[in-house]
Amino acid sequence: MKKDIILAGVGGQGILSVAAVIGLAALDYGLEIKQSEVHGMSQRGGAVVSHLRISDSTIHSDLIPEGTADMILSVEPLEALRYLNFLKKDGWIISNTKPFVNIPDYPPVEKILEEINSLPNSLTINADGIAKALKSPRSSNIVMVGAASPYLDIPVENIENGIRQIFGRKGETVVELNIAALHKGREFALGEK
Amino acid sequence: MKKALLLGDEAIGQGAIDAGISGIYAYPGTPSTEIMEYVQRSPKAKANNVHARWSANEKTATEAALGMSYAGKRAIVCMKHVGLNVAADPFMNSAITGTNGGLVIAVADDPSMHSSQNEQDSRYYGKFAQIPVLEPSNQQEAYDMTRDAFELSEKYGVPVLLRVTTRLAHSRYGVELSEPLKPNDLHLPGDPKQFVLLPSIAKRRYKILLGVQEHIEEDSENSRYNKYIEGKDKSLGIITTGIAFNYLMENFPDGASPYPVLKIGQYPLPKDAVNKIFKETEELLVLEEGYPFVEEYLRGVIESGHKIHGRLDGTVPRDGELNPNIVAKALGKDLPPDYSPPEFLANRPPELCPGCGHRDLYDALNDVMKDYGPQRVFSDIGCYTLGALPPYNAINSCVDMGASITMAKGAADAGVHPSVAVIGDSTFTHSGITGLLDAVNDNTPVTVIILDNAAVAMTGGQPSAGEGRIEQICIGVGVEPEHVRTVIPLPKNHDEMVRVIKEEIEYDGVSVVIAQRECIQTLVARKKRMRKKK
Ligand SMILES: Cc1ncc(C[n+]2csc(CCOP(=O)(O)OP(=O)(O)O)c2C)c(N)n1
Repeated sequence: MKKDIILAGVGGQGILSVAAVIGLAALDYGLEIKQSEVHGMSQRGGAVVSHLRISDSTIHSDLIPEGTADMILSVEPLEALRYLNFLKKDGWIISNTKPFVNIPDYPPVEKILEEINSLPNSLTINADGIAKALKSPRSSNIVMVGAASPYLDIPVENIENGIRQIFGRKGETVVELNIAALHKGREFALGEK
Repeated sequence: MKKALLLGDEAIGQGAIDAGISGIYAYPGTPSTEIMEYVQRSPKAKANNVHARWSANEKTATEAALGMSYAGKRAIVCMKHVGLNVAADPFMNSAITGTNGGLVIAVADDPSMHSSQNEQDSRYYGKFAQIPVLEPSNQQEAYDMTRDAFELSEKYGVPVLLRVTTRLAHSRYGVELSEPLKPNDLHLPGDPKQFVLLPSIAKRRYKILLGVQEHIEEDSENSRYNKYIEGKDKSLGIITTGIAFNYLMENFPDGASPYPVLKIGQYPLPKDAVNKIFKETEELLVLEEGYPFVEEYLRGVIESGHKIHGRLDGTVPRDGELNPNIVAKALGKDLPPDYSPPEFLANRPPELCPGCGHRDLYDALNDVMKDYGPQRVFSDIGCYTLGALPPYNAINSCVDMGASITMAKGAADAGVHPSVAVIGDSTFTHSGITGLLDAVNDNTPVTVIILDNAAVAMTGGQPSAGEGRIEQICIGVGVEPEHVRTVIPLPKNHDEMVRVIKEEIEYDGVSVVIAQRECIQTLVARKKRMRKKK
């Protein structure tokens, strides 16, 4: 078993928490993970990417080779397209629809979503809207984890455990909200299947 | 045994703790920062009473670590690659003094310059100082090598350089920890003159260092980190260093190379092993992260007729970090990807945070400078360097930490007026103070703007060495107190900032304007912590 995931977003959007939840879920399920992160300069509102590799055997490279990623999971639509060269032919591209506009030449969102949806395996989801409806706007990243969950080959119970490990310190309410966000995202993805 | 999921940097931190260090010294710098941060968080380090505070710069850090080694205890010092330039003097001379307690210098290089001004390769420094260099290929080796580095250091009485690069520093993987060692007891050097590098003693010490060379070469030859892996297909031999090995293995999905591979993790280069692969194979491919350090060494200048492929013949790009695709291409195995990003994709460069005080200062400075003409603002390294980009386009230099003040001085000496320096508080205490002293001694007409956000913001908001004392320091160095002005960079203070900067530019001497407002990132983090405490 192998799942190579490109996680994309803008510095400050918290893609490392997405990586941490999925990574811990994979460990909880008994798999190995290797995860490269971005620290430093680009974290200041720039494009950020993390390579998350999950496998049942030794993982060599810290970076995913181009053209082989099983999934691009992006918390921002423009960023979903930035790493398309990494996606394998039948890989999944899963993106939040809410743009983060901090550059003057941000392309029209419709054009971006159209490009994403033209790929054979794509899913776009209004994670911010769903999180807001749950009265937990900060959970939009976990909605994205939920949207990706049907394609991760990791049981949803293990992902819940990942959430417990990450948010446990913040109290039971926060854990419950994020588990609810996970399931909302998951339901949406299963409905689109 | 349960594995710990650690960044390469964290594995170094844990390795150092488990090697029984008594101190870690560092100045922050991507991609090395997380080594110190990990040790600072570690309960085990606390229990061992490990000294773990940030230093003013890499030179002071290295000297403090050498002092700890003098006292017979183990110490590690950590920095990014360019930090070693700052620490080069104690670094080079610590090879001559030798060590007492184990001394490890951990340096994180940044090929591809993700967060740096250059991509210099620290292995040259190791060779320059004639000391052993260890270069891990993965997180487990980062842990093991850190521990072994202390042993090597104590065995041969020399400091040991541990070199990692960005991808290993910032990637997590499972690491198996081994039994922790107890810290050394305090014991002073047997020879009271060992550390006195007067020429007569230095000559003797240098001979000792030269005498050690054959032993550290032999150590490399027998090192478990230099591995010869047999392969059936002798048409090619592959030499890898550090994480290049992983990229190579990624290209052989069953984990076995058909070609013989020499995996290097410890320098000086193991000559016997290199000769073996040279003789056994028809051509060589050298895969290394950084400069063509090994490749150049193998090629030499005498034509051997033996084909050596790598960065110097274009098989691998001359600059930038490696990745699995570059290695695939070098092996003739590369497949073009199925997709590519659309043409309409826009770049998203980093930017100053919304609400950051640096923004307000640049707005004011730009208003002032438009009356004086372009290209008169020298700056430095930190978040505020982003002022070089649109919409500000406010600064004209960023070279090395502290250079804003001294370059402004030199330009003023040449007749540039006004000559303005913009420098962050941490960069100022790192290496700006001495430059300010030069300007004061010369009464050079420069205006130095110190962006005092009470944090080392660029690297994650570490505490700043001169916090709350920037004004005092400037006055102490000799700037006239009435020309050390403080402003609060907020939009509502725009006109006042413009007035103050203008007044100080008009002053014919050294003036300082301190723009004082806390970094909004550290402010938010602090407020969050306070709320939690309530
Ligand atoms: C010799 C050296 N050491 C460390 C660094 C990494 N580094 C870049 S900027 C910076 C800190 C800047 O802090 P400050 O001057 O206070 O500016 P701020 O980012 O807070 O605006 C550091 C540590 C470097 N580039 N060079």
